[in-house]
Amino acid sequence: MASSLFDKVWQAHLVERIPKGPEVLYIDRHFIHEVTSPQAFADLEKRGLPVFRKQKIIATADHNVPTENQHLIIQEPLSRKQVETLSENCKKHQIELFALGHEYQGIVHVIGPELGLTLPGMTIVCGDSHTSTHGAFGAIAFGIGTSQVAMAMASQCILQSKPKQMRIRIEGKLKKGVTPKDVILYLISKMGTDGATGHFVEYSGNVFQQMSMEGRMTVCNMSIEMGAKGGMIAPDDTTFSYIRGRKFAPKGMEWERALSYWKSIYTDVNARFHKENCFDALDIEPMITYGTHPGMGIKISENIPVNTEDENYKKSLNYMGFQQGESLIGKSIDYVFIGSCTNARIEDLRLVARIVKDKKKAENLQAMIVPGSQQVARQACEEGLDHIFQAAGFEFRQAGCSACLGMNEDKIPSEAYCVSTSNRNFEGRQGPGARTLLASPMVAAITAIEGKIVDVSRYIEKMDLFN
Amino acid sequence: MKKFQRLISRAVPLPLENIDTDQIIPARFLKATTRENFGENLFRDWRYRADEQSREDFVLNNLNHTGEILLAGRNFGCGSSREHAAWALFDYGFRVVISSFFADIFKGNALNNGLLPVEISQGFLRELFHAVESDKSTLLCVDLEKETLQIAGTDRRESFSIDPYKKMCLLKGYDDIDFLISLKNKIESFEEKHPSFLSL
Ligand code: SF4
Repeated sequence: MASSLFDKVWQAHLVERIPKGPEVLYIDRHFIHEVTSPQAFADLEKRGLPVFRKQKIIATADHNVPTENQHLIIQEPLSRKQVETLSENCKKHQIELFALGHEYQGIVHVIGPELGLTLPGMTIVCGDSHTSTHGAFGAIAFGIGTSQVAMAMASQCILQSKPKQMRIRIEGKLKKGVTPKDVILYLISKMGTDGATGHFVEYSGNVFQQMSMEGRMTVCNMSIEMGAKGGMIAPDDTTFSYIRGRKFAPKGMEWERALSYWKSIYTDVNARFHKENCFDALDIEPMITYGTHPGMGIKISENIPVNTEDENYKKSLNYMGFQQGESLIGKSIDYVFIGSCTNARIEDLRLVARIVKDKKKAENLQAMIVPGSQQVARQACEEGLDHIFQAAGFEFRQAGCSACLGMNEDKIPSEAYCVSTSNRNFEGRQGPGARTLLASPMVAAITAIEGKIVDVSRYIEKMDLFN
Repeated sequence: MKKFQRLISRAVPLPLENIDTDQIIPARFLKATTRENFGENLFRDWRYRADEQSREDFVLNNLNHTGEILLAGRNFGCGSSREHAAWALFDYGFRVVISSFFADIFKGNALNNGLLPVEISQGFLRELFHAVESDKSTLLCVDLEKETLQIAGTDRRESFSIDPYKKMCLLKGYDDIDFLISLKNKIESFEEKHPSFLSL
């Protein structure tokens, strides 16, 4: 029977089927971080259970870490305790930890791929919803809750009913200046925040084939924002050349064996999906969100939709301080945040650097750029990007989740407007009362220079960035 | 895990859609290393103003509405995978959340913590909101064994469905770890056949 990429990977990890129940799925890679693991370790201890396969677990500290002065002790006592608890737990159970200060530390969804720990055909879990990022490599990767973190630690398996499958196809050529972030914001605005709930999505079509690995990660990262269990893209030469030679990637004979396996897991021509959605690349333009969930996105040049009936909608616009029917063009912005597991990879930083080089950020706003990992930070410095950012008046910080979520010290003040390259614009996500507008690194960089939202299509023509 | 079989209770109406887990428990309260006391900060920024004063217009601060059932709009629990959201609801005293649609990870987290997510039709949900808002003493009856939700004392009912394995776990108070541990031999023989490059 014809099967999909998802079917093939799933099938290769099936340990057991429970009659009328979920399936037992073997997990190849389990990433953990300080926020969703302590209670799982405690569960194991309470039951007197060991960690079953410690070498398959990789830990890092990212959510709750400062992005300045990382060599100093963490100031905030609760954060410090959480990060220290992770270190103690990893030491006790002999789990590899990329702690604060380690050369490989960074946001969990940035370090996995860049270290070659994320591979095609794997099953990957982490107590974090954006684990979907790793699907960019053709892995089945999804976020789990803390109880499931404990399960995976105790048995290297989790119980999971097989989700339905959806294919999203985009054919055609993207317009100049349209980035992967715009593609996914566009998709979420079309599908809605629950449009893919219960489904695993495969992205296909030449738009994704032509995307870099960084771009594919940006797309898969936000699959969860349309409710999908995860998203994946078939591995191809782009994938293989990204992985080859990375620190933990297979080498020698192992590499050859892996490669021939990876080439066998494509979706068969006749494979059936529960849902198919097709979009036209030419319909996508630079996007921005105006509301309090990621589905509330528009093309920058469009006006905020009018919907006078819906109370949820009114509440959302009220929070944002926007009016129905108005344009965002010209709105003054207070902060620009470039970072997060969606857009803090080297390619994102390079793009921002090209835009802000020899320019200055506007006086009325603060601009922050936070690399996704120590490796990204080092590379940026090697390429001299740090100087470009600093000369443009950006704060170039140390690796971490930073202002993506209002948990660590980097927060956006109440009622301030922030154009952010992260993935969530929920009420209070970047700090109590903060107002988030999600956009691509390109739109964020242009906003930083202009101090307000501008129609970027004109800007792009002028700047000639994409020849 | 606590057993769940049947519950008759009043319900607290929260007729908003897309309630995400950042609202249920904001990130700044996720610094704890234990599971306790998250209820204090349930819906923190909707319950309290920045100066810590209660917001009178929020339903949890309205003593007329109490109960162990939360009634919420569609796509409840979307966003972050934080299980702390389920802990906070449970710790606050909720045992059931009713909605016309639940986000996937939240649903799993709730079930793993003895909090029952009851998914019903949009039409019946509207009817429940109406019933509870017009008469605060309305009782709802949730029967897990029969998979039904009823407005007590009326013939208004709807069935809901739940994964049979999860249902058994809730009825008996079992959880998944016990089960997975019992499969150890199977898991080990699976590992022997599993390609080595996938399991570095
Ligand atoms: S960067 Fe943001 S979305 Fe990504 S893992 Fe960190 S907190 Fe989560």
